[in-house]
Amino acid sequence: MSMNTEFKPKIVAFCCNWCSYAGADLAGSSRLAYPADVKIIRVPCSCRVNPMFILRAFEKGADGVIICGCHPGDCHYSTGNYYARRRMTLLFSMLDYMGIERGRTRVEWVSAAEGVKFSNTMNEFVDAVRTLGPNKRLGDLRCKD
Amino acid sequence: MHGIGVFVCHCGSNIAATVDVKKVVEMARLEPGVVHAEEYQYMCSEAGQERIATAIREKNLKGIVVCSCSPRMHEATFRKCAEKAGLNPYMVEIANLREQCSWIHKDIEEGTEKAVILARAAIAKVSLNTSLLPGESRVTKRALVIGGGIAGIQTALDIADAGYEVDIVEKTPSIGGKMAQLDKTFPTLDCSACILTPKMVDAAAHERINLYTYSEIEKVSGFVGDFTVDIRKKARYVNMDKCTGCGVCMEKCPSKKALSEFNSGLNNRPAIYTPFAQAIPNVPVIDPTQCTKLKTGKCGICERFCQAGAIDYTQKDEIVTRKYGAIVVATGFEIIKLDNLEEYAYSQSKDVITSLELERIMNAAGPTKGHLERLSDGKAPKNIVFVQCVGSRCDESKGKPYCSKICCMYTAKHAMLIRDKYPDVNVTVFYIDVRTPGKNFDEFYRRAVEEYGVNYVKGQVGKVAPQPDGSLLVHGVDLLDGKQLKISADMVVLAAAVEPSPSVRKIATMLTASIDTNNFLTEAHPKLRPVESPTAGVFLSGICQGPKDIPETVSQAGAAAVKVVGLLAKDKLLTNPCTAKPDELMCNGCGSCANVCPYGAISYEVKEINDHGIRENRRVAVVNSALCQGCGACTVTCPSGTMDLQGFSNRQILAEVDAICR
Repeated sequence: MSMNTEFKPKIVAFCCNWCSYAGADLAGSSRLAYPADVKIIRVPCSCRVNPMFILRAFEKGADGVIICGCHPGDCHYSTGNYYARRRMTLLFSMLDYMGIERGRTRVEWVSAAEGVKFSNTMNEFVDAVRTLGPNKRLGDLRCKD
Repeated sequence: MHGIGVFVCHCGSNIAATVDVKKVVEMARLEPGVVHAEEYQYMCSEAGQERIATAIREKNLKGIVVCSCSPRMHEATFRKCAEKAGLNPYMVEIANLREQCSWIHKDIEEGTEKAVILARAAIAKVSLNTSLLPGESRVTKRALVIGGGIAGIQTALDIADAGYEVDIVEKTPSIGGKMAQLDKTFPTLDCSACILTPKMVDAAAHERINLYTYSEIEKVSGFVGDFTVDIRKKARYVNMDKCTGCGVCMEKCPSKKALSEFNSGLNNRPAIYTPFAQAIPNVPVIDPTQCTKLKTGKCGICERFCQAGAIDYTQKDEIVTRKYGAIVVATGFEIIKLDNLEEYAYSQSKDVITSLELERIMNAAGPTKGHLERLSDGKAPKNIVFVQCVGSRCDESKGKPYCSKICCMYTAKHAMLIRDKYPDVNVTVFYIDVRTPGKNFDEFYRRAVEEYGVNYVKGQVGKVAPQPDGSLLVHGVDLLDGKQLKISADMVVLAAAVEPSPSVRKIATMLTASIDTNNFLTEAHPKLRPVESPTAGVFLSGICQGPKDIPETVSQAGAAAVKVVGLLAKDKLLTNPCTAKPDELMCNGCGSCANVCPYGAISYEVKEINDHGIRENRRVAVVNSALCQGCGACTVTCPSGTMDLQGFSNRQILAEVDAICR
């Protein structure tokens, strides 16, 4: 475990502009800490997250990728999060097959009012990725530039 | 892109305390394309913006990154600043160093390292930004107000007085809402009906206000400035044009078993009814669940007695489609169900009542004609106990975590009114805290204690036990004396928590307006934009946004109206230019994108395409940028990668990913 606490994973979090990005802002203004390993990329909707972005993140050495969107039924664009949910279910199972463990990928619904949930989710996710250790199993497939 | 400027804000000490701002500037200078980087205490201040503008002009910057607070806070500010300095406003990116870094990371080394990466990602993105020009969309100069209580009425009156048409959609047969049910209002003790009914009449008589009572919102489409709304006008079974409001039908109706909603279920109403005598419109409706004629085909008494021939049993629900530029949600509140709070014996004894029921009992037009009496035996009570915070400030398994805000004041009002009219009645109030922050509120509460001799006990009630003799034994605790109390009462009044009207969830979903964990609608900003929903063109009025009393509701209604008027006064709105854009050369017109578009913004046209010198007619996707809201669903669905989203393009997001994972 001592090795794992040293390990600083690279985590990319895609957050939809309307709910989860605002939830992250609320976590910030409420001073609810989560590891600095998490870096957020703002997207208009969780359905904007192209599987290509996730593949690229892992290709470039990310240890975990999380996608946060509005709760089902609350999508600012009505249906975007449903598309994200379906796409990611498929993608994550394919990634698992390729050697990126299921614990390195996650979809989570965080509303603009759920600062606490955002912080808790990030803490849990980073813990899970830390336990898995560095993302090495894809190493053979990874194309370094 | 060459010519990027980076501006790092200290935000006083908000960012600078846990992020080494100088280091961020230094590191930013090393990024490709960056020709200028500086720091300043408050970038959003006039002086800060002037620094940005000067740098844009003097260094001929092509794109800028502001490392500051959340883009939800000041993106618009910095875009405006860039535009004034001659830079396209969409050549601005924000690195969120405050909410996402300095406020959550205590370690300066860790915070600085993350800040550098966030800045790097924003620089990588801005270097791929393109100048975007917002389009224009038209504004329908009419507003919709959902809910006809005091919030909705006041909002509608203010909008209509400013010169714009307003429709009020109210689900019950009359406008008036909860305020119509109240007897007196605090802290002035003026009669609620006397101040509300003139406003109801004003709304009905206003040439620019159109009432849809007994109607509900069925469907909402469109966007700010151009909403299309389907309104379901429920069948009244009474012709509104013919009815004279004489009321004979209600007198003659033989089916009088339904509980009166207006009197909180304390007495009955006929199957054909207006909720109350001053209802607007004064046209009854037939309750199809109660009417013998509609249920069995036999009866028809109301039709026989109606001189005007207004009864029409064949009426059907009708859908009306209307266009609006703005929508105000004013759906109000309900009292919570007390099922989880059985210790107060609400369901076991008729003499345990809610404050709203007491309001009806005290009202001269109520079920007891305004006489204070026990509902079980009609006797005058001698000892009344009020219990505050019933389901408010409470464990979520039992009630609501929030303060309902109005209960302390209306309980003081009830106690005072009872002591005034019946000086021999003992009144005890159990409270956790007395919260009276409002103009003349604390003075009002102190009058209840000092002048009217109301016995306030700090402590909670654990149990109300109905006794065989019909009395109620109240088990409470006096926290100040540290004593257990047992008080024998004839009547217990519960200040039950308020909650948003259950219909609000459905309406919020239709409007894509966000809602919080307690079902209150979320504001665009809790302090600076309290009457706007984060969804453009949707505004909030009254308790649907959070607990509030009548004066606050009326002020918020006015504020919402001003925001609506500000919107309707515009002839054209600038649309978000971050819309989907197809690459016609790659598109094969398969139709996948149109399938997932929630706005119907994508259509297909046959166009002549010049594919590397070969000209041919192809079916290709065309995006209507006025309809596209920029969600990006189509960009991922497109099998050939034809669709891209301006402002959040594949290349831009990949550049961010690369910068973060570098």
